[in-house]
Amino acid sequence: MDITTVIFYILSAVLLFAAVRVVTAKNPVHAVLYLVLAFFTSAGHWLLLQSEFLAITLVLVYVGAVMVLFLFVVMMLDINVEKLREGFWRNLPVAATVALIMAFEMVLILTNQHTGLGEFKAAAPLAADASNVKVLGRLLYTTYLLPFELAAVVLLLAMVAAIGLTMRSRKDTKVVDPADQVKIRRNDRVRIVKMQAEKNVEAADAAESGEQQA
Amino acid sequence: MNWADLNLMPALPEIFMIAAVLVILMLDLFISDAKRCITYGLTLLTIAICAGLQVYTYAPVPEHTFSGMFVNDALSALIKLCMYGATAVVLVYTRQYNETRGLFRGEFFTMSLFALLGMNMMVSASHFVSLYMGLELLSLSLYSLIALQRDSVKATEAAMKYFVLGALASGLLLYGISMIYGATGTMELAGVAKAIKSHNANGMLLVFGLVFIVAGLCFKLGTVPFHMWVPDVYQGSPTAVTLMVGAAPKLAAFVFVLRILVQGLDAMVDQWQGMLALVAVLSMAIGNVTAIAQTNLKRMLAYSTISHMGFLLLGLIAGTADGYASALFYAIVYVLMSMVSFGILLGLSRAGFECETLDDLKGLNGRNSWYAFLMLLTMFSMAGIPPLAGFYAKLSVIKAIVDIHLYWLAIVAVMMSLIGAFYYLRVVKNIYFDDAQDSSAIVMRADMKLVLSVNGLALLVLGVMPERLVVLCVEAMKHSLSAI
Repeated sequence: MDITTVIFYILSAVLLFAAVRVVTAKNPVHAVLYLVLAFFTSAGHWLLLQSEFLAITLVLVYVGAVMVLFLFVVMMLDINVEKLREGFWRNLPVAATVALIMAFEMVLILTNQHTGLGEFKAAAPLAADASNVKVLGRLLYTTYLLPFELAAVVLLLAMVAAIGLTMRSRKDTKVVDPADQVKIRRNDRVRIVKMQAEKNVEAADAAESGEQQA
Repeated sequence: MNWADLNLMPALPEIFMIAAVLVILMLDLFISDAKRCITYGLTLLTIAICAGLQVYTYAPVPEHTFSGMFVNDALSALIKLCMYGATAVVLVYTRQYNETRGLFRGEFFTMSLFALLGMNMMVSASHFVSLYMGLELLSLSLYSLIALQRDSVKATEAAMKYFVLGALASGLLLYGISMIYGATGTMELAGVAKAIKSHNANGMLLVFGLVFIVAGLCFKLGTVPFHMWVPDVYQGSPTAVTLMVGAAPKLAAFVFVLRILVQGLDAMVDQWQGMLALVAVLSMAIGNVTAIAQTNLKRMLAYSTISHMGFLLLGLIAGTADGYASALFYAIVYVLMSMVSFGILLGLSRAGFECETLDDLKGLNGRNSWYAFLMLLTMFSMAGIPPLAGFYAKLSVIKAIVDIHLYWLAIVAVMMSLIGAFYYLRVVKNIYFDDAQDSSAIVMRADMKLVLSVNGLALLVLGVMPERLVVLCVEAMKHSLSAI
C-alpha cells in the first residue's frame, strides 16, 4: 500500500464522516460546517487525481463563496430544528431501503464483466511539471473559445434579466421622498369642489323612494 | 488552432450584434422613458446592419471557423435573414402594445437582441456544445421576456412553467448528447456522422442517446407528447411576447433539429424516421382536435402551432433533400402566418383591453374591412386553402411524403388538415357574419399598418408565385447538406 492509497482512504473516511454528520447534526450551522469539510475533502480527492485546478476551484467557489453565503442564510433564518427532524425515524426504513437498492445496483454494475467498464481505464500519471491550468486555459481560449464567449453572454443576459425583473417601482412600498414633500403646493393636496348649496327637494325625494322600492 | 489563423469573418454579423447589444445596454441607461423610441430605433438599425453584414459575408461553400464550432453556409444565411426580418417586424408590431402596457423598456429590446443572437448561434453551430449554448441563450431570453410583466400573475406563471419544463428538456437533450459523445468520441456534428457511418460506434448507445435527443428536440419544437407548455405559454404571456416566442424561434428550432438529426445523425435516419412519424401524427391529431374546443384565440393559435409543427416534421420524415427544403419552406410560411395573426391581435388590443377571445373578433369586418381581409387571408392560409402560401407549403410536405411511398401518413395529414379547417373557418365566420360586440375605433400606427399589409399580402403572393422561395430553399439545402 503506497502513500497515495493511504491518503485516499483517510480522505474518504473523513468525507464519509462529514457527509453523515451533515444529515445528522442537530444544529444547522454545524451541518453547514460539516458540508464545508466534505467539499474540502473532495477537493483533496481531485488533487489525488492530479486535477489541481478543479480542486482549487471547488475550494474557492463552493467553500469560499457558496457555502459562506449559505452559512449567512442559515444563521439569519430562524429554523425550528425539532420540526425538521419530525418523522426522521418514521421515514428511516424507506430511506434505508432506497439506499440499499442504490448500493446494490452500483455493486452490480461495477462487478459485472459485461458492462465494458474496462474500456475506461485510469488516466496515465502526468509528468511532474504538467499544468492543469495551462491545458484548460489553452483549450478554453482556443478550441472552445466560442462556447466560452457564449457562456459569458449567457451570464450577462442573466444579470440583465435579474435586474430587469426585480428593479421596478413597487406599488406597495411606503417610501417617501423628502424633496417631494418639501416642494408640495397647496393645489397638490387640497381640491376645491364647487357644489350647489341647496338641493332640489323633489328630485331628492324621488331618488329616495326609488331606493326604497329597490 | 491558434490566434493567428482564427478567421472571424464568417461570424461577423454575430460579433457586430453582441457589440451593438452592449452599446445599447449602456446607452439605454441614459435615455428617459419618454425617449425610449431611440432604443427602439437603434435596435432596428442593429438588425438592419446585421442583415447587411449577413449578405456581405455570404459564402456559397460552407465556411467553418472557431475550430469547427461555427459554420456559415447558405442554409444559415437564408434562415438568419428570415429571422432578422421576423424579429424586426415583431418589434414594429409590438411597439404600440408595449407602450400602453409599460413593456416599452430597454430590457425588452436588449433581451430580444440576445434572443436573436442565441437563434443565430443555434442556426450556425456545427458542434454540440455551441448548439447547446445557443439554445440556452435563446431560452433564457424568452423566459425573462415572458416574466418581464412582473405584476401579471398569468405571465409569471407562464414563465415559471416554461422555465421548469425547458430546463427538463435541456436536461434530456444533454443526456442524449452525452450518450452520443460516449458512443462516437466526438461532439462535432461532422465527426459524429463520420463515426456512425464507419460503424465504429456502439449502436445500442447511439439509439439510446437518439431517443433522448428526439425527446428534447420535440419539446423545443412544441410537438406532442412534449407540447403541454405551448398553450399555457402562448396564453399567459403578453401578446407581444407570444408573438416573439411564436415567430423567429420556430425557424431556429427547425434548423436546430435539422443540424442534429440530418447533419449529425443522418446514418440513423431509419430510427428517427419512425419516432418522428409518431410524433407528427400525434401532433396533427391532438393539435387540431383540441384547437376546436378553445374559446381563447391565443390558446387556439397555440394548438394550431402544435399541428403546424406536426406538418413541418413530415418534410423531415421524408429524409430527402426535397423533403428538407419543403419543411424549410413550411417553416418560413408558418412564421409569416403567425406574425399576421398575432399582429392583428396586437393591433386590436388597446390600453386596458386585451383582444384574445374568439368573441373579440366578432364583426371585425364592420369595424375595419382591411384588417378583416388580412385575417381572412391568414386563416385561409393556415387552413391550407389555395391560392395562399399555406396551401403550397402543405402540398409540398405531403408530396415529399408521397415520394417515399408513405401513403398512410399523407392520408392522415390531409384528414387532419380537413379537421383543422373547421376552427380556422369559424374565425372567418366570426369576423364576417357576426355582429360586433364593441364598436370602438381601431387605432394602429401607420408603419405597423404598412408592414402588416405587406406581411398579409406576402401570403397571397407566395401562394401564387412560390417558385422564387422554393428555389432558394432547395439551393440552400443542396449547398449546406452536401453529404446527402
